[in-house]
Amino acid sequence: MIVQGIDVISVESLVKRFGDFEAVKGIDFSVTRGECFGLLGPNGAGKTSIVKMIYGFSPITSGKLEVFGEDIMLRARSIKSRIGVVPQEDNLDPELSVLDNLLVYAGYFRIEKHTARQRAMEIMDFMDLSEKSAQVVGDLSGGMKRRLTMGRALINRPELLILDEPTTGLDPYARHMVWQRLRRLKEAGTTMLLTTHYLEEASQLCDRLIIIHRGEIMEQGTPVGLIDRHVGKEALILGGDHLLRESLSAGLTELIKASHILGDDLVLFTDHGRVLAERVGERARELGITLDYHRLRPTNLEDVFLKLTGETLDNIQKGF
Amino acid sequence: MAKRSNLLKGMDTFPDLSWPLVLSVFYRNLKVFGKTWKASIMFNFVEPMLYLWAMGFGLGVYVTRINGLSYIEFLAPALIASSAMFSTTYEMTYGSYTRMGFQKTFHGMVATPVSMDDVVMGEILYGTFKGVLYGMVFFLVVALFGLVKSPWALLIPVPLALMVMIFAILSLIWTSIAPNYDSFGYFFTLFVSPMFLFAGVFFPVENLPPGIRFLPWLTPLYHAVEAIRPMVLGRVTWSILADLTWLTAFAALTMRIPLAMVKNRLIQ
Ligand SMILES: Nc1ncnc2c1ncn2[C@@H]1O[C@H](COP(=O)(O)OP(=O)(O)OP(=O)(O)O)[C@@H](O)[C@H]1O
Ligand SMILES: [Mg+2]
Repeated sequence: MIVQGIDVISVESLVKRFGDFEAVKGIDFSVTRGECFGLLGPNGAGKTSIVKMIYGFSPITSGKLEVFGEDIMLRARSIKSRIGVVPQEDNLDPELSVLDNLLVYAGYFRIEKHTARQRAMEIMDFMDLSEKSAQVVGDLSGGMKRRLTMGRALINRPELLILDEPTTGLDPYARHMVWQRLRRLKEAGTTMLLTTHYLEEASQLCDRLIIIHRGEIMEQGTPVGLIDRHVGKEALILGGDHLLRESLSAGLTELIKASHILGDDLVLFTDHGRVLAERVGERARELGITLDYHRLRPTNLEDVFLKLTGETLDNIQKGF
Repeated sequence: MAKRSNLLKGMDTFPDLSWPLVLSVFYRNLKVFGKTWKASIMFNFVEPMLYLWAMGFGLGVYVTRINGLSYIEFLAPALIASSAMFSTTYEMTYGSYTRMGFQKTFHGMVATPVSMDDVVMGEILYGTFKGVLYGMVFFLVVALFGLVKSPWALLIPVPLALMVMIFAILSLIWTSIAPNYDSFGYFFTLFVSPMFLFAGVFFPVENLPPGIRFLPWLTPLYHAVEAIRPMVLGRVTWSILADLTWLTAFAALTMRIPLAMVKNRLIQ
């Protein structure tokens, strides 16, 4: 059954149009077995549109899309039996208990009753929901529902797990718990496609990721690779008057990898944080400028994301 | 009219059905029904009871015999059909719309090996089941009043099932294009209530003005009443077969439509 070397998901020139509106504008990527692949991008970028095509909910407009080496539209039932889906919006059965939700869902995969029960127990244990087994889902908290949705997606022991913003609405503790569970699934060989707005989540879980903006791929790579390429090791954040700050960084270009303005702050990205901080401090004294504050911190994926998507937003505003 | 052709897209293809999965969808609805039936059966039950009392025992006193029957004898068997009709229609409009939209139940199902055709067929089965169940509960009441005169009455699940299946189909068609809950008001006002009033439940259709006397013949409720009334009263004739044929043909000919239309509504 498991064919080595074949991509679990393979996407070429994929386009999705809703009426006249093109939500996905010809993108390419592939996900290999055992990998966790991230789809990042601002609201409306087209992540959910892509994900829905991959699990066969919405038909592709043009391009090529293969899951397990087959066309999802032609082999929907057999492919879907090997996938687990955590949709962006919960669709649990609110009138039923936690356990019944899992059992009913198992029925859709034609899992035999005894096995279904056993797996339901394991899943409730795995997702920390055993205590709530008999509780009606309508009475669960939002975060618990989310965990149940995720657990439900595991009922068929999927080879491919598709997660559309799985941890939205979870408290930090629950989020870390979920990350840990997902890592365990990954170790067990599950391939994952993950969309998220938590860049920390993407860094923690994803082997590779693409950043999508307005239906197009802006960047792709490993989390570390992207950080390295775009923002370097550290970020120096300067608060204070805009124009004066600009003059501070003038002449230090060899140290600065990139910069952008975020709200009221100027953020300078660099591989030589300490040196840059000292030099900026010196210049501030020379020029008699008082900085409200300056702060050095390690860079993260969020910096890459904000820099890239921010640039495009700027360009769009400027009419490019 | 590009929009119109989109609504019916896929009508000419064979539906993608897996019967075990259709049953799993049916089972899901049944399971939810199992949690709420006590309250819901009461509601669906009270209304025909009120009609039976008000019309049968109240108004009926003033009505001379219809075709040799007392008014309550005439009315009670027909209320079995109409109470089944209402329960299916409510379930396949408000109920299905909630599962389709607000709860996104259908979305959850089709992320599994279940196809959209399985989902809608499971809904039709469930709507049919519920109608027959409620019809038969009302049948018991009618029997308790001593109004069941013949063992032929044991066959009424047949016309009931055919009729409520048609109402499941028609309701789901409406549901598939309903923009919001309010629109179901029109469905009831325009189709369901007129049928209830004029399709031979309360008075023989021969009493309608000659020009529109054919209209009830076009409705499923009329044919169900025409079959159920003689069964309950023990006046069975061959003409029942014509009514059953009409119902079967109507169900068979329209079954494909909601499958296509719900799918076209959800899958974009
Ligand atoms: N059924 C639809 N009909 C018309 N437009 C749609 C439909 N579904 C999505 N869109 C549009 O496609 C674009 C991409 O939406 P999508 O849901 O894929 O974004 P997303 O990246 O998942 O965003 P978010 O982070 O907010 O979930 C949006 O502009 C959205 O309005
Ligand atoms: Mg989304």
